[in-house]
Amino acid sequence: MNEPTSSKSSMSISIDINNLCLTFETQTEPVHALSDINLQVNSGDFVSLIGPSGCGKTTLLRVIADLEKPTSGTITVEGKSPHEARLDRSYGYVFQTPALLPWRNIESNIHLPLEMSGYSKDEQKKLSQQYLSLVSLIGFEKKYPWQLSGGMQQRVSIARALSFNPDMLLMDEPFGALDEITRDRLNEELLHLWEKTQKTVVFVTHSIPEAVFLSSKIVVMSARPGKIINVIDTNFPKDRTFDIRESTEFLEVSQLVREGLKEGHSDGS
Amino acid sequence: MEVNRILNMIMNGSVGPVVILVSIIIMVWYAGAVYLNSSFLIDRYEKNNIDWSFSELASDSWSMERPVLPSPHQIAKELKKTIWDKKITSPRSLVYHSGVTLSSAMVGFLMGTFLGILLSVGIVYVAALDRTLMPWIIASQTIPILALAPMIVVVLGSMGIIGLVPKAMISTYLCFFPVVVGMVKGLRSPSIILVDLMNSYSASKAEVFWKLRLPASIPYLFASLKVAIALSVVGAIVAELPAGAQGGLGARLLSGSYYGQTSLIWAALITASVISATLVTIVGRMERAVNNRMGLQI
Repeated sequence: MNEPTSSKSSMSISIDINNLCLTFETQTEPVHALSDINLQVNSGDFVSLIGPSGCGKTTLLRVIADLEKPTSGTITVEGKSPHEARLDRSYGYVFQTPALLPWRNIESNIHLPLEMSGYSKDEQKKLSQQYLSLVSLIGFEKKYPWQLSGGMQQRVSIARALSFNPDMLLMDEPFGALDEITRDRLNEELLHLWEKTQKTVVFVTHSIPEAVFLSSKIVVMSARPGKIINVIDTNFPKDRTFDIRESTEFLEVSQLVREGLKEGHSDGS
Repeated sequence: MEVNRILNMIMNGSVGPVVILVSIIIMVWYAGAVYLNSSFLIDRYEKNNIDWSFSELASDSWSMERPVLPSPHQIAKELKKTIWDKKITSPRSLVYHSGVTLSSAMVGFLMGTFLGILLSVGIVYVAALDRTLMPWIIASQTIPILALAPMIVVVLGSMGIIGLVPKAMISTYLCFFPVVVGMVKGLRSPSIILVDLMNSYSASKAEVFWKLRLPASIPYLFASLKVAIALSVVGAIVAELPAGAQGGLGARLLSGSYYGQTSLIWAALITASVISATLVTIVGRMERAVNNRMGLQI
């Protein structure tokens, strides 16, 4: 059932969100972080959530990850409640910062989730090797986080999120703090990873080119209250390179996203 | 230019500034000894109708039997006599007295550290303890230890507990406080992102403690231990003052003040500070070793 296929029709639904609302109670007035969210994500999709800051895209990702509880509405993740999905370790989460433990070396940082999932020492070693090679960081096993550049640290964090083979990868602006050159390179690497591992990816960003380049589905959101303005499916080949950024199709999709963002903006004010 | 170059050479090394500072302190000390001891000497000169010059006053004030402020070389002589010349088992040996103080300080330090860590874990993990315990802990430190120490010694003594334990408990009383404050801060130091990371792995409370909170608190623990270990010596000495203890640096301070033997007091004080400084250095070395092992930048 989870077997990845290329035809969209036979894909199973990975995330199903219906009429979801989330309100934060503050001392002054309630903040409507998410309002009437409806979204279906198929297994193997690469979904980008894009919108201005404060539009609730990170909150939505945290609801999927069961790090935040919705006020109303329903959500299932891999056919389970987000809570069960979290207990089953159904997803790997990549944060805005690498979130590596400074007292553990690179290898040992990747072992962290594996230790808690009960892998043997040998398996931990094997898996960390496997995923470090996937993000081209072989040779850095014994280095400590502070000895690595920001981009390398974020690659370790991606390897760690993948190491216990979760169904999904949830990424919260993982490359936001990096320079553009590093960001471009990591975007390409991430695309290859997605192609190789066939994971479902939910990716939060506020960069239009990043969203269009990476995604098979772009969810455009607006702020106050956070809601979905538009969902755009793209049809770029899976083995695409940066060359497609010059293509008419890429520019058309970018334009569509931009219009969606603009619409949301005028709506809000 | 030449002077500047030489000054630079001296001040850039680690030895130069220390030597200069120590020499200044010693010079001020000698001057102070003259100043503080002079009124007594001048009285005596005048009573006996002795003519005196400043150089005589200075040399007399540096070699008095019972000076107000003994000069550094008199203290050095006292130190040599009581540390080097006396047998370690002799009740006049400072080594013996240091041993008595050090043993209760160390027991107190270990108990205080243990108690401090225990309390901090309780405060961080049990909301009720967080609200109820902290005010009492802070209040406990507002009571002057000098007022409390005799009561602890007397009460425990009447219960038949004498010797090392009451003294160690006073050290414990001083030690646990910095450990609690540091460890509470340390155990709460992991960022929200790291706590979320652990939650995303559905980590248990125990796993969050052992794999995240405890390692994150280690730098805070060592900062606290440096304060605590110095306090443990203070606690042990204060504990030796009230009950007329037979041994320990505190007992030496007391007998020094009974007999007006200021050089004896100063020798005990200097020994106590050397012990404290050594202990703090040892904790510092341990901190470096642990940091190295944990791969942390120093």
